[in-house]
Amino acid sequence: MQCQRCEKYPATVHLTQVINGEKNEVHLCDSCAKEQGYMNQEEEKFSLNDLLSGLFHMEGSGSAGKLFQGNKQQQKESLQCSGCGLTYQEFTKAGKFGCATCYETFNERLDPILKRVHSGNTTHHGKVPKRAGGDLNLRRDIEKHREKLHQLINQEEFEEAAKVRDEIRTLEEELNQDKGGDS
Amino acid sequence: MSLEKFMNEAISPWMRHDGPDSDIVLSSRIRLARNFSSQPFPTVARGEPLEEVLSFMDEHFTDSSFREYEGLQLVKMDDLQPIEKRVLVEKHLVSPHLIEDRENAATIISENEQVSIMVNEEDHLRIQLYFPGFQLDKALEQASQLDDWLEEKIDYAFDEERGYLTACPTNVGTGMRASVMMHLPALALTKQINRMTPAINQLGLVVRGIYGEGSEAVGNLFQISNQITLGKSEEDIVEDLHSVVQQLIEQERKARQTLMNRSPVQLEDRIYRSYGTLRHSRVITSKEAAGCLSDLRLGIDLDFLKDIPRTILNELMVLTQPGFLQQYAGESLDPEDRDIKRATLIRERINLEDDN
Repeated sequence: MQCQRCEKYPATVHLTQVINGEKNEVHLCDSCAKEQGYMNQEEEKFSLNDLLSGLFHMEGSGSAGKLFQGNKQQQKESLQCSGCGLTYQEFTKAGKFGCATCYETFNERLDPILKRVHSGNTTHHGKVPKRAGGDLNLRRDIEKHREKLHQLINQEEFEEAAKVRDEIRTLEEELNQDKGGDS
Repeated sequence: MSLEKFMNEAISPWMRHDGPDSDIVLSSRIRLARNFSSQPFPTVARGEPLEEVLSFMDEHFTDSSFREYEGLQLVKMDDLQPIEKRVLVEKHLVSPHLIEDRENAATIISENEQVSIMVNEEDHLRIQLYFPGFQLDKALEQASQLDDWLEEKIDYAFDEERGYLTACPTNVGTGMRASVMMHLPALALTKQINRMTPAINQLGLVVRGIYGEGSEAVGNLFQISNQITLGKSEEDIVEDLHSVVQQLIEQERKARQTLMNRSPVQLEDRIYRSYGTLRHSRVITSKEAAGCLSDLRLGIDLDFLKDIPRTILNELMVLTQPGFLQQYAGESLDPEDRDIKRATLIRERINLEDDN
């Protein structure tokens, strides 16, 4: 098997990462493995970031990837964040973002990376900050109420359903008021 | 400095209390990664933006209190001696990363040392909250409230789709790492832990030895934490971790019982030999000390050894680290001198129990 990074030497370092049953394999030659930091014996030095930046480089390798090399590859590499000046190349090398705007700048490229790291997930389902989240908390709350309403209607619990419907109305009014305040 | 006084300074006040399942779970921790929306992350920023973050935190949170986490103090890394920084790492109040020449790096610590907010680590803020024993739910609830309290003043970098934005893609989403430190001597002794680790990894959780190099777990101490931060809610992540830890506790108790039933004399022998080593050795490496301390702790948990407090493992694991040894000695020591000083400190500590 050839090293998937330099595609010159036989791969001697084989890494398998399994998260939630999804398997990821990295095959590298000695010198690429050293460059990527896989060969270091100290635990702290063998970080997930090294593995990550290895994963970024995997993009474009393999037969499917090669088809897209060329124009698209160049475009990708010339991408630069307007917030902090970080280029896509620098991002893949370090495996770290430079600022909040980087997430928008590299947005199109993020899904495959996030999927690999977070076992297929690309969207946040957790806490929403009170201020920075804006009306997101309210909108999520309305969504939850709507689901509940559907459930109640299906179960033919109409009295309860009417209550929930009124709650939704109140929440929606609140949401509209927030928006009205902005304009 | 007397040993007693030194120990009082070395051991975080919260560590002296027992928590639920304290015989196996030493501590529970929630860590939240947060960033200011207006400033570039410490990964690329130099100078001014980081200074602004630091002075903002100093201005708004020094001398403030949140609930029982009183007397928050900001400690700048630049104001500390190398040994003092190392001591903070050994107490787990800051990460090794924070003391490696980071610009404008600091930490905000509460008096009881349960809260530590690292400033300008890889992210602008790393909020940590510790609880003794197995108390993940409580830790999450209070960490979240602490987070809300900070958000009243700070504009966080947050995106509807991606969640809390962090420097590393491995933290984005909840920005949360929940972890539990466990003492698993019986599972380690019977090599069961090696078989259980792959199954735990499948659930998106990570098991790693602490205080050791590579995959080796020195002192049979393991940290279990979540790997995934995106796509699941904080509560679900903690629930998954909770149920795995619960199972590990049960398995460890079972394995301890099996050892007691099958080879009680051998087990007792092992415990007393380690006790003897700790009591009488004149030179001891950190690795040997950790192994013996783990045995000693097991001996206490299984009632072979009485009159020795259970917290001795937590205590001496921290105290016998290089930074603390050198602080106790009041001078920098080379590794050989450290092994001598370590043996002395352990003997003194155990004798302290005899005097009481």
